[in-house]
Amino acid sequence: MQKRILKPNFIEYLCQIMLEAYNLSCRRDGRILFSDKNFSLQQGQLMEIHGPNGSGKSTLLRCLAGLYTEFKGKIIAEEAFYFGHKLGFSALLTVEENIKWYSRAIGVQPDVDSLLSQVGMGGYSMVPCENLSSGQLRRVSLTRLLLGYRPLWLLDEPQTSLDLDGRNILNELMEKHISNDGSVVCATHLSLDIAADDTLVL
Amino acid sequence: MTFLGQLKRELIISSRSSSDVANPLIFFFLGVMLFGIAAAGDPKNLQNLGPAIVWVLILLANMLSLDSMYRQDHADGSLEQLILLSETPFVPILAKILVQWLLSGFTLTLLAPVAALLVFMPANEWPVLMLTLLLGSPALSFFGSICAALTVGARRTGVLLGLLALPLYVPVLIFGVGAMVAHVEGMSMNFQIYWLMAISILSITIAPHAVYAALKLSVDE
Repeated sequence: MQKRILKPNFIEYLCQIMLEAYNLSCRRDGRILFSDKNFSLQQGQLMEIHGPNGSGKSTLLRCLAGLYTEFKGKIIAEEAFYFGHKLGFSALLTVEENIKWYSRAIGVQPDVDSLLSQVGMGGYSMVPCENLSSGQLRRVSLTRLLLGYRPLWLLDEPQTSLDLDGRNILNELMEKHISNDGSVVCATHLSLDIAADDTLVL
Repeated sequence: MTFLGQLKRELIISSRSSSDVANPLIFFFLGVMLFGIAAAGDPKNLQNLGPAIVWVLILLANMLSLDSMYRQDHADGSLEQLILLSETPFVPILAKILVQWLLSGFTLTLLAPVAALLVFMPANEWPVLMLTLLLGSPALSFFGSICAALTVGARRTGVLLGLLALPLYVPVLIFGVGAMVAHVEGMSMNFQIYWLMAISILSITIAPHAVYAALKLSVDE
């Protein structure tokens, strides 16, 4: 054990913080989802959010992403990728057209085929998204996390409808992101293979 | 770049959901044709009413094509990603509305002479009809898209969208038909034409920002 802990340089310490939430409370339909939640997340940390169905995991993540604003409290967060229940891939477009659209919105020019092979979907670039199974679509939509670098990932039950192989790919992506000084907030019912630095139970 | 990218995406999606594009156009011609039939083949019965009929049906057809504008993007989640990821969301939104105008207002403008024929409008009035439609229809799409964005989160929007959009269309209707009437009576129609242009430019200026604000409300759930 370390005997002497260096007092962190204040600014540097602040820069390491990816996400801070103070006194976060949310009511919905007259029901209190969560109240007075305080947490913070630093570079390279993973936070799991657990809780039964309807406990407010998705709402919390949408609050953190800036999509839901009906909450009390304060959130300070880095730029984030939000990965929710809606995958954001248009059924009428092919896989490649969807990814190209995202890369234009973010301002990067990726190699679509290598992105797809990273999620085990190589060779699917010309397939219309409406012809993919829900697990395949989820794998394909994981490529969104690899477009450009955003320090914070907000993942809402990302393992849904992924097979074992798909979950391993997801874990790899998360591990890689964390080792790149990124941070991950992940709402899940299943256990992740990575040890979480913090667990929030709703 | 995002503007052209969004333009391309919208055109591809429209080409693959052709019924969303074609149905309002068919509705427009059916409506005009019904007036022609109701006039019992006698042009006298429709005298002076031609411009009004074409304009009102353009309003209604435009309103019909609004409903599908953001619905699919809202359902599959690309709308919330657009709001989260794009630094200038009003640029892709502008492209989106522009495509909606190209496929409804602009296409209807090009097809207007056919409708004019169906309501026995004299051929010398066709160019004026097309001019007023060309200048007025952008306002329909841009103001209408605000209403579409406001109602996209609601389960059923059918009538609500019309109740919101049609009152906004009234100034365009007044000056559009007014210009035609002025032309038929041999007066200068500059006044109405300038107003149509002013309304369209106003709508192009404010709509992308208003739509962005409305879409943010729609995904706030």
